[in-house]
Amino acid sequence: MKYLTEFRNGEIAQRMAREIHQIATRPWKIMEVCGGQTHSIIKNGIDQMLPAGIEMIHGPGCPVCVTPLELIDKALAIAKQPGVIFCSFGDMLRVPGTEGDLFQVKGAGGDVRVVYSPLDAVELAAKNPDKQVVFFGVGFETTAPANAMSVHIAKRRGIQNFSLLVSHVLVPPAIEAILGAPGHQIDGFLLAGHVCSVMGYWEYPPLAEKYKTPLVVTGFEPLDLLDGIRRCVIQLESGRHEVENAYERIVTLEGNRPAQRLLAEVFEVTDRAWRGIGTIPKSGWRLSEAYRAFDAEQRFHITGIHTEESPLCRAGDVLRGAIKPAECSAFGKQCTPRHPLGATMVSSEGACAAYYNYGRFISAEELAGAGSGLSGATNV
Amino acid sequence: MSENAKAAPDFSNWSCPLPLAGYPTIVMGHGGGGKLGNELVENLFLPAFRNPELENLGDAAVLDLGGNRLAMSTDSFVVQPLFFPGGSIGELAVNGTVNDLAVSGAEPKFLSASFILEEGFPLNQLAAIVQNMAAAAATAGVKIVTGDTKVVERGHGDGCYINTAGIGVLRPGIVVGPHRAQAGDAILVSGTVGDHGMAIMSVREGLEFESQIRSDCAALNGLIAEVLDAVGNAVHAMRDPTRGGLASTLNEIAQNSGVGMAIDEASLPVRPEVQSACELLGLDPVYVANEGKVVFFVAPEAADQVLAILRAHPLGRDAARIGRVTAEHPRMLVARTAMGSNRVIAIQIGEQLPRIC
Repeated sequence: MKYLTEFRNGEIAQRMAREIHQIATRPWKIMEVCGGQTHSIIKNGIDQMLPAGIEMIHGPGCPVCVTPLELIDKALAIAKQPGVIFCSFGDMLRVPGTEGDLFQVKGAGGDVRVVYSPLDAVELAAKNPDKQVVFFGVGFETTAPANAMSVHIAKRRGIQNFSLLVSHVLVPPAIEAILGAPGHQIDGFLLAGHVCSVMGYWEYPPLAEKYKTPLVVTGFEPLDLLDGIRRCVIQLESGRHEVENAYERIVTLEGNRPAQRLLAEVFEVTDRAWRGIGTIPKSGWRLSEAYRAFDAEQRFHITGIHTEESPLCRAGDVLRGAIKPAECSAFGKQCTPRHPLGATMVSSEGACAAYYNYGRFISAEELAGAGSGLSGATNV
Repeated sequence: MSENAKAAPDFSNWSCPLPLAGYPTIVMGHGGGGKLGNELVENLFLPAFRNPELENLGDAAVLDLGGNRLAMSTDSFVVQPLFFPGGSIGELAVNGTVNDLAVSGAEPKFLSASFILEEGFPLNQLAAIVQNMAAAAATAGVKIVTGDTKVVERGHGDGCYINTAGIGVLRPGIVVGPHRAQAGDAILVSGTVGDHGMAIMSVREGLEFESQIRSDCAALNGLIAEVLDAVGNAVHAMRDPTRGGLASTLNEIAQNSGVGMAIDEASLPVRPEVQSACELLGLDPVYVANEGKVVFFVAPEAADQVLAILRAHPLGRDAARIGRVTAEHPRMLVARTAMGSNRVIAIQIGEQLPRIC
């Protein structure tokens, strides 16, 4: 596959890993922001290829993990209503709310559908004028343009029975929240390549300067990730803290301007609650005044949602990189992928779920001798 | 029997080691070939029906009738759409049961066919399905000897559901089973993985994408017979990796046999178009269903011979040796990635879900 296979070359990967081994003289903690990067790191075993001191911390970039419980409960309440077709990306269906998940709503007769694009949901609305079609629009800047386009088109075509249950979150405020938290231990960041493909990276130099932290725009294939890590380590070793683009084939400084214009028209910045972290000021988007009529929260007037997170769950500390999953007292005991207490155990790229699978594995003796030095992340 | 008292299905007893408290109703994942389905078997069906033949939990039950060893299996087919590139529900219904018998070491002989039809279902579609079944049965060398038809009211079915059950004769002297894989065994797969699942995806409503991907739906009894004729008991276990794909099959055999599985990802045969479609949809081909592939666990000294036999057969041209059974990391599937590192490929909880980003 063009643009994929050449970034999955094992020999070049080994060479890049060796280079990182040569450069690194001290331990560094690097956070990859995006859940897609976490997924790729785990799937390709990138963390095992790094020197023992280079630790990858899985950041709060998985939309499944950070969507607040309250919003999941609202989704469940709306999806249960008769006459509603509730559309979502696939992996939101298993995220547990206070009572059950969307799979159970579907099992109990709710019309819950997996779609691959919010525009498919708009088409569904056009074809089913007697139904209310709701799309569950969560995620970061990456998924926002398609969601914005869905309400833009619905408005233009006069499709009144479409609405968006929207909770977008933004990367720069999350990074600032982590770097601004007392006692944080993150030395450098891999910025989320696909977020930057939309937004560019012009927002980040002030953050790099203010917190004296290198920020490297990074892609998702194994060689992309190794290159991002390599550049981050080079900066750290030489005491630099710059914004650097290691994903040049996709990302430009200014980003996708037409998408940004649409986003500015459809959305406005708002405070957002992040599951496991709390409310971060100006860290999300909601529908702007001109599009408020398409807001599912307003249309369905869901009230009386009272949510409670498990008091045992320390997902917030994990997402901030303050503790490792195994340091949580519930990890692997009350909390497993089969019975998750917090969202980080739900998604396969959630930090806790990744550690859970990996921790079982590392106990295997075969691995003791396998690969070059195991990273801190594997010493569960 | 004292067994009966505790065997009554009581949901409050569904506790350790894997509680099902989260799902008081059936969800789609219970049929997805992953953990949820296994829990149904272990916590509900097995306690309720317990007997030695069932407890084997093979693809087919092995029955001893007056010294004659028979295999019996059943499967229901609810695929949508009913017709897809490379096959139809009719071919699946025949080949699925034929393959379950064949991987148990049996020669499939007789099938039953039951139809649950929805009011309003076009007769010409049913005729096409039945023709496909007849052709598939002829190809596989089995007879459909009994059947049943039920009709449900419009809206109570999805056009056409089919159940088939089958009986086969176990080959004398052949003992294979999902609990017999041994450390050191070579793991062979008879061809490319993920074809059937992605062929279905490519024509599913709301997801149509243009592709050349065709289902691999095929009867494997001929291929398996050639292997067993040549190497006999050097084959320790076989399974057709249908729902849940190769990953589920390898995890299941690892658990049943109490061994570990180590595979080399670079050696997995995957068609480029299947790989591309999986990338696009955020799916992993190792979890995608196959309907015409078989995984063999064979003694290492017989591996080259089996591979040669497979590659000489029209259904095994893309066969590959993909890994080995290990004594290390028991009950776990570990893949060596193209990067040279290792990763665990876990059994799925339920359906494979497309990811957001």
